[in-house]
Amino acid sequence: MSTGPALADLAVGQEVARRTVAVDRARLVRYAGASGDFNPIHWNERVATSVGLPGVIAHGMWTMGAAVAVVVDWAGDPGAVVDYQTRFTRPVPVPDPGAAEVEVVAAVGALDPEAGTVRVDLTVTVEGARVLGKAQAVVRLA
Amino acid sequence: MAVDTTFAGRVYPPGDVYVVSREKIREFAEATGGTHPAHTDAAAARALGHPDVVAPPTFAVVIAQRTEAQYVDDPAAGIDFSRVVHADERFTHHRPLHAGDRVVTTLHVDAVTLRGGLAMVTTRCELADESGAPVATVVSTLAVRPEEDA
Repeated sequence: MSTGPALADLAVGQEVARRTVAVDRARLVRYAGASGDFNPIHWNERVATSVGLPGVIAHGMWTMGAAVAVVVDWAGDPGAVVDYQTRFTRPVPVPDPGAAEVEVVAAVGALDPEAGTVRVDLTVTVEGARVLGKAQAVVRLA
Repeated sequence: MAVDTTFAGRVYPPGDVYVVSREKIREFAEATGGTHPAHTDAAAARALGHPDVVAPPTFAVVIAQRTEAQYVDDPAAGIDFSRVVHADERFTHHRPLHAGDRVVTTLHVDAVTLRGGLAMVTTRCELADESGAPVATVVSTLAVRPEEDA
């Protein structure tokens, strides 16, 4: 048995985790290789600007994946996340040199004691602006 | 070339089996900042009741995007990636994905709709094991901007 959080101890609105994650160009290259998504807008400034972007942007799927890592650590078991969805509302430009700082705040959105699940709502922002919309992870707890 | 709406409803049968490996899970977890030991340490995963290391919740995108390529990379579909924005994504896990899993994936083109010049393309990948037992469902929507905006 894991010693993860218990459903009975949670209340809607409660913040359960928070983390700031830095993303630089090297991280995007790493994600491209790991995921197989080699779209050049995520690593090539020339291509990114030629299609009207401000510059290289992070893969939306990188941001989605980085945000849920916070939930996995809180839940104590990667297998506990039974559903995870998001909308991509704003691109995350990644400077060079430097890094973009992605802030992730996880809070209890809803509790379902019958199913034994909690919906964790993620607020994911860069410089105060939300980059993911309706980012929700459903987590099964003991 | 415009996005072809007649692709809606198409189903692409499974191709090659995707074998989930410990190293691919490690690579993906490291790239996304997934530091939970159950992603990389088989003993830690077994202590949680899993048969081997557990994939991060979005790992299935590796399999889904390969599968979606059958459709989105087909020139006849009319999807120009320089005009594509990822609109939304959803993973439903019917059970955790582990190293050693042998996954077969069926691709469904659920919808291709035109909305004020934008083409919205929704695909659904159904991941299953070789006996057909469901593993995960991955739904993805792309928005394709019209050519004149490019």
